[in-house]
Amino acid sequence: MFYREAGEFRTTYKEDSQTFPIRFDRWRYYFVLFVAICVIPFMVNDYWVNSIFLPFLIYAIAAIGLNILVGYCGQVSLGTGGFMAVGAYACYKLMTAFPDVSMFIHVILAGVITAGVGMLFGLPSLRIKGFYLAVATLAAQFFLVWLFNRVPWFYNYSASGQINAPERDTFGILITGPNTEAWATYVFCLIFTVVSAIIARNLTRGSVGRKWMAIRDMDIAAEIIGVNPLTAKLSAFAISSFFVGISGALFFSVYLGAVEVGEAFGINKSFLVLFMIIIGGLGSIFGSFAGAAFLVLLPVALKVVGVDWLGWPTDIVAHLQLVIVGALIIVFLIAEPHGIAQLWRVTKEKLRLWPFPH
Amino acid sequence: MSEAFLYTVEVFLNGLMAGVLYALVALGFVLIYKASGIFNFAQGVMALFAAMTLVGFQNGQVPFAHLINATFGLHVTNFGWNLHSVVAVFLTVLVMILLAWAVQRFVFRHLVGQEPIILFMATIGLAYFLEGLADLMWGSEIKTLDLCWSAGHCLPQGGNFWIEDMTAGLGGEGFYGFFIDSLDIVAAVVAMVLVAALVAFAQYTKQGRAMRAVADDHQAALSVGVSLNFIWILVWSLAGFVALVAGIMWGAKSGVQFSLSLIALKALPVLMLGGFTSIPGAIVGGLIIGVGEKLFEFLIGAPFLGGATENWFAYMLALLFLVFRPQGLFGEKIIERV
Amino acid sequence: MLDQADGYTTADGRKIGPVVMEMKNITLRFGGVEAIKDISFDIREGEIRAIIGPNGAGKSSMLNVISGFYVPQEGQVFYQGQPRPPMKPFQVARQGIARTFQNIALFEGMTVLDNVMTGRLTHMQTGLFWQSMWKGKAEEEETANREVAEKIIDFLEIQAIRKTPVARLPYGLKKRVELARALAAEPSLLLLDEPMAGMNVEEKEDMSRFILDVNDEFGTTIALIEHDMGVVMDLSDRVVVMDYGKKIGDGTPDEVRNNQDVIDAYLGVAHD
Repeated sequence: MFYREAGEFRTTYKEDSQTFPIRFDRWRYYFVLFVAICVIPFMVNDYWVNSIFLPFLIYAIAAIGLNILVGYCGQVSLGTGGFMAVGAYACYKLMTAFPDVSMFIHVILAGVITAGVGMLFGLPSLRIKGFYLAVATLAAQFFLVWLFNRVPWFYNYSASGQINAPERDTFGILITGPNTEAWATYVFCLIFTVVSAIIARNLTRGSVGRKWMAIRDMDIAAEIIGVNPLTAKLSAFAISSFFVGISGALFFSVYLGAVEVGEAFGINKSFLVLFMIIIGGLGSIFGSFAGAAFLVLLPVALKVVGVDWLGWPTDIVAHLQLVIVGALIIVFLIAEPHGIAQLWRVTKEKLRLWPFPH
Repeated sequence: MSEAFLYTVEVFLNGLMAGVLYALVALGFVLIYKASGIFNFAQGVMALFAAMTLVGFQNGQVPFAHLINATFGLHVTNFGWNLHSVVAVFLTVLVMILLAWAVQRFVFRHLVGQEPIILFMATIGLAYFLEGLADLMWGSEIKTLDLCWSAGHCLPQGGNFWIEDMTAGLGGEGFYGFFIDSLDIVAAVVAMVLVAALVAFAQYTKQGRAMRAVADDHQAALSVGVSLNFIWILVWSLAGFVALVAGIMWGAKSGVQFSLSLIALKALPVLMLGGFTSIPGAIVGGLIIGVGEKLFEFLIGAPFLGGATENWFAYMLALLFLVFRPQGLFGEKIIERV
Repeated sequence: MLDQADGYTTADGRKIGPVVMEMKNITLRFGGVEAIKDISFDIREGEIRAIIGPNGAGKSSMLNVISGFYVPQEGQVFYQGQPRPPMKPFQVARQGIARTFQNIALFEGMTVLDNVMTGRLTHMQTGLFWQSMWKGKAEEEETANREVAEKIIDFLEIQAIRKTPVARLPYGLKKRVELARALAAEPSLLLLDEPMAGMNVEEKEDMSRFILDVNDEFGTTIALIEHDMGVVMDLSDRVVVMDYGKKIGDGTPDEVRNNQDVIDAYLGVAHD
C-alpha cells in the first residue's frame, strides 16, 4: 500500500545498481538527509549533541569501518579500540604540530595514518584465520594502548599523560576545544559520517566489495577464481582502519576533548563497536547506523528509566546494562544473525506486498 | 654465581609459577573447545564469577542485595552467618553446574551448527552477561579471598621462607635468596593434580570416553548412543570447576576484581601457542608465556621500554609465532582441500 | 588422426585446434602417498576432454594440479606452449583458466548475480579511489561487465533467480550458478569437477546440453571429471582414464571402451 514498486521499471544496469533502487526508499533517504542537514543543526543544544548526536555519528563511522572488515571481509577484529587510539593520537600530534591547518585535513590524515597501521596488523591475516586472527588482533589492542601510555612523545610529554585537544577551527569556525558551538561540532561530524557511508556503500557494491565478500564466504574458492587474498585482505584492513581512525580522531578531538588512552580506547571499546555491528547487522551499512544508534541510546534510556524514574544508584544501572547488552548479543545471534538490518529488510518485503500478501 | 644471574633465575622461576596459573585458565578453554568446538571467550569471566560467588557464600552475602534494597527500599546485606570454606566451595561448584546447564539450555542448544566465529561472538556476549550478573549479585567492590579448610590452615600468603633461606647463601652478601610466593607453589601443585585428574577422567571413565568420542566426531558419537547434551553440560561444568580453581588462585593472590577476567584473557595467547586442542600444549604454552613475559619485562621492558610490557608481550609473541607456524606448537599441519 | 600437430576434425564436424595445455610426467605426493604417478596428457583447443577413473584414482588431484591449487613435485605443466612456473591459484585464474568444484563452492552470502559477477573480477581493474567515487570509471566498468554476466545468465536460463541469495537455491541450480560463475570469466580453459554429481537424469541432460552449448557457442576448451560413463562417452572428444594415480588409457571414447586395462579397472580385476 505505502510501499510499492509496481510500475517502476529499471531499464539500464546503472539504474539497477543504484543504492536505493525503489523510489520510495530514495525519497526517504533524501528526507532523512534533509532533516539531518537543514533542520537538526538549528534545533540542537549542548545536551542533545553531546549525549546523543555526536556519539551516534562518531560510532557510526567506527561501526562502518569494522563492518567492512568483519561483515564484508569476514576478518574478525578485536583491535578497534587500539586503532581508534591511533586515529586520536595521530590527530593530536598533527593538531599540535600544524596549528594553522584545517581540522578537516587533520582528521583525514589521521585516518590515513591509521590505515597504514591497520595494514601492518592485518598482515598476519594472510596466514591465520578465524578466532586465531581475532585473538591476534588483541595484540594490536594491547600493544597500541601500551605504546600511547608509555611513550611520552605521543602525548607531548604532558605531566598527566593525557592528551587535550587545543582549539582548532575549519573555515574560521571553532571545531575543538571548550568554546565550540553545538551545531558546529554536529555538522562537522555529520559531514564525515555521510561521506564515510557513501564511500563505504560505493566500495561494497562494486568489485572490491565482491572480492571481500568472496574471501568472507569461501577464501579458497575466491583465490581459485582469481582474487588475490593479499590485496583483498589488506585493502579491507586499510579501508576499515581508515574509517576507524577517523572516528577515533573525532572521538578525541571533537567529542571528548581530553583522553586517557586506557580509559577511552581500552578493550571494552573494541567490544562495544563489535556489538554495534552484530546487533545492527553484519555486512550492512544501514546496520552500522542502526547498531550505533541502538547502543548509544540504550544507556541513555536505561539511565532515564533506572536512575531518574526508579531512583536506582548508577552502578546498578551500569551492571544491568552489561547484562542486557550481553543477553541482546546472544539473542540476536540466535534469532537474527544479520541483526536489525535484516529485521528491517524483512519488514520491507512484507510492506511491499501489504495488504495483499498472496 | 653473579647476582644478576641469580635475579634472572628468580624471575624465571616466578614466570614459571605465573605460567602455571595461565595454563590453569587455558585448560578450561581446551576442555570446552575439544568437546564442542566453542572457543569460550567467557572462561575468564567464569573464573571471576566463580570467585565472587565463593566469597559471597563465605561471607553470607544476600545475592542481588543492592538491587533488592534499591527496589524495595530495604537495607539487607548479610544473612548474618559465615559459611565454612569447604561448604562454600561445594555450593559454588553447584552454582557452576547450574550455570553450565543454563548456558547449554538457553544459549548453545539454539546455536548448534552455526559457524565457529558466531559461537565465539556469542561467548563474548556471555562474558558481558556474566560480568554484569556477577556485579549485580555480589557487588563490584574488590573483595579479598581467604580459603581456610580448618582453623589456622588457610591458603598461604607471602613469600616462602624455606626456599628463601635455602637459597640465601648462593649469591654472596647482597643476595637474600629466591623470593617465591607460597601461593604460587600451592597453585602449581593444584594445577598438576587437576591436570592429572582430568587426564585420568578422560582416559578411564565411561563419561570421559564419551567426552573424547564427542570431541572426535559429533555425529559418530551420537550414533553410538552418546547424549551430546549431557556431554556438553558435563564439559561446561568441568570448565566451570577449572574456572573456580583458577578464580581461587588468582583471587587469593590479587583480590577478586574485574581485572581478574583480563588476566584470564592471557590464556588466549597461551592457547594460540599450544594449540586449541592439546592439554599438554596448554601447559607448555602457559609456561612459555609466563616465563617469556617476566623475563622480557625484567631484561628489556623495564630497563628500556618504560615497563608494563606484560600487557602485550604474550599477544605479540603468540602473533609472531602463529605467522610462522599457524597450527601452533603441537597442532598438525593443515592441508587445505577443495 | 590424433597426432596432427595443428588439430583434427571430429566426427560431428567441429574443428579441434592445437594443444593448449600439456601435462608432462606429473607426479604429486602427499607425504608418503603418491596421488598421481608420472602422468602425461594434453588438452587441445576447442575440445571436450574427460578424465575418468574409479574412486580415489587421483582425478580431482589432477584437476587441482591443472588449476594450480596443488604444485606437483615432479613434471612440468605447459600452458599455451610455455612451461608454467609454480603459481598461486589466483594467478592461474588470471591466465584464463576457470573451474567449478565437486562440492559446490559458491559464495553463500551473496546473490546469484553477485556470484556470477565475481567471475568477472579478473576483468575488472578500477582502483580503490575510483570505486569509492562510483560515478565515472567504476560505474562504467560495472555496467560493461554486468552486460557480460547477464549474457551468461540468459544463456544458462537463470534470469528468474538472479537476485536470490545462493544459499536458498536447490542443489541442481547451484551447480548451474557455479557454471555461470566460471563462464563469466570467459575462460580459455574451463575445468569441471564432476558437474553432474548427485543429479537426477533430467538435470544431467540439462547440464550435458549446457556443456555442449558452451563448447559450441563460445568455443571454450573444456576438461571435465565425471563418474557417469554414459555421459562421458557421449560428451567428450577424448578421454584419459586413471586408476590408482596412473594413466591406464587415453584416446577417443571408442578406443577407451575397448581398452583391456580400462575394462579391468572398471570390472574390478585384481591388481597384482
